[in-house]
Amino acid sequence: MAADVHIWWIGADAADDRLMETIGERTAAAFGIQTRLYRHADRPHHAFEARRGQHSSTAILKWLVGREQPGHRTLAITDADLFIPVLTFVYGEAQLGGRAAVVSTARLAVEQDGRHDPALVADRIIKECVHELGHTFGLLHCDTPGCVMTRSVNLIEVDAKTMTLCGPCEARYRELREKDRHHEQGTHAHPRR
Amino acid sequence: MSKERTRILVVDDEEIVRESLSGWLAKDGYTLATAHDGPTALEMLRQGRWSILLVDLKMPGMDGLQVLEAAKQAQPDVAVVIMTAYATVETAVEAMKSGAYDYLVKPFDPEELSLMMVKIVAQQALVRENVLLRKVLKRDFHFRDMVSKNAAMHRVFDLARSAARSQSTILVLGESGTGKELLARAIHAESPRQSAPFVAVSCAALTETLLESELFGHEKGSFTGAVSRRKGRFELAHGGTLFLDEIGDISPKLQLDLLRVLEERKLVRVGGSEAVDVDVRIIAATNRDLKKAVAEGQFREDLYYRLNVIPILLPPLRDRREDIPLLIEHFLEHLSVETDREIEGVSADALAVLMRHDWPGNVRELRNVLERGMVIAKDKLIQPEDLGLSAAGIRPEAHDPSLTLDEVERRHITAVLQHAGGNVTQAARTLAIDRVTLYNKIRKYGLRRGDDDGFNGG
Repeated sequence: MAADVHIWWIGADAADDRLMETIGERTAAAFGIQTRLYRHADRPHHAFEARRGQHSSTAILKWLVGREQPGHRTLAITDADLFIPVLTFVYGEAQLGGRAAVVSTARLAVEQDGRHDPALVADRIIKECVHELGHTFGLLHCDTPGCVMTRSVNLIEVDAKTMTLCGPCEARYRELREKDRHHEQGTHAHPRR
Repeated sequence: MSKERTRILVVDDEEIVRESLSGWLAKDGYTLATAHDGPTALEMLRQGRWSILLVDLKMPGMDGLQVLEAAKQAQPDVAVVIMTAYATVETAVEAMKSGAYDYLVKPFDPEELSLMMVKIVAQQALVRENVLLRKVLKRDFHFRDMVSKNAAMHRVFDLARSAARSQSTILVLGESGTGKELLARAIHAESPRQSAPFVAVSCAALTETLLESELFGHEKGSFTGAVSRRKGRFELAHGGTLFLDEIGDISPKLQLDLLRVLEERKLVRVGGSEAVDVDVRIIAATNRDLKKAVAEGQFREDLYYRLNVIPILLPPLRDRREDIPLLIEHFLEHLSVETDREIEGVSADALAVLMRHDWPGNVRELRNVLERGMVIAKDKLIQPEDLGLSAAGIRPEAHDPSLTLDEVERRHITAVLQHAGGNVTQAARTLAIDRVTLYNKIRKYGLRRGDDDGFNGG
């Protein structure tokens, strides 16, 4: 069966395969979908902006969309620090109700109190991956404390949320998926001539 | 307000900024739109309401400051956030002085942007709540310019509102300074006659002959000094409301003339023969006990019944002391504009004095005392000594042998009027002179502030 989401490491360093697999499992569990790890040597080098020493997340999203395989969503994960033009950084960016999302591990790997805690970092990355993927399904930010869809603008906020959708977001997600399915069926029933 | 109803307009000439910023904020659930320049933004402002404008400072043509200025004019409650680069922080500070909510230096921290949006939304919700509460408060405590928490006054407001819709004659009863003319004006303003004139006449201020001519007008040559034909107050109030203050003080002859006009809705000018139609709504007022005056034969019974169609009794201030703090707040708000002084309020001691005072001159006396306090006060709070309310109610004036007789008279009349809360009848009684003489002296010394204001009795 074809995967719903391709998970692709596009960082400069080598991928942490175990982490990538965990991300695949957790995102699949969060949304009840099929995920598959995708490997390709291409990297969005053009998204790097020397002046800021960061990668443009918007440019990466455009690059991902240009390379998408029909019927799939792509969740890209990178170790590059990301930005959008008006903001100093972003943990990730996604097309709202679209096909592409990108998450950066750069600022999530920063340890507090000089402590190295790989499990904590992995949790943060998974949360942001579920969060950005949620946007591709059409979910907006949520105000329910603990919901993975709450907006996090610092690590304290990332750590404060769980990896799962709250009740209303879960319901909203099902509703959006249902609509998607109807839309897809409608498209199949009336093929363009 | 829900986030979907918070409408944010991003104004920037760079497409990438518009896209990324609106994309970022859209995920928070706000309703977003973008404009690529100032004129487009202003057009969008004209077409709909926006909660927040995020405006780039440097744009070709119309810059961010110009957009800010025009936006504030078009929609004063919109929160404008100026986005700027490091080099122009000073300009951004200028922008804040021109009414910008805040500014963001590009690129800004995501946390800063999120917090600012949350703060603006919360603040706008508070402002809206405040406006709503104020409206509720006003509805509860106000009838036009009259304020009260008192149940009896609220019954007065209710009755006045209903009476306003009718054409019936209203008789406002109450001590001097209780706001009889204010109530009459409020009734007029709430009535179907609101677009026609409201004309007030103080019947006690004029002699019989003058009042007759004042009310009904005169033809040229009807008496010495009648050099031209003149319309009376009845005719001037045609279609509107005629407020006859101190109606209890008119002479028997005028009582009869007035009764005729009220019955026939026609009048004949002094020295004239032709009947002129008049369409006026009469609101009469008096601080006298008209029923007693009727019993004593001083006031015509038939006129009394003509006037007493809807009687409204205004309670004296001493019977509604709970209104004093509310009235203080109301007057200080108005007086700060009139006197151009910033006074925060009255001190606790001054409030205690104001609450204790007997207020023979009622609300008008309270206003006068506060006006004096406002002028005299040395700092932001009015103190007891600023009020000029001695135990007896009159401040003893120091004897100054260098004063002229006129100056002594002027000062004495001022003091007596102040003590009487502006009630001319009461002041005339204290001074043992008739009202007309007192009015002449008030005019001579310029003690009146205006035709229908100031020390006018009623």
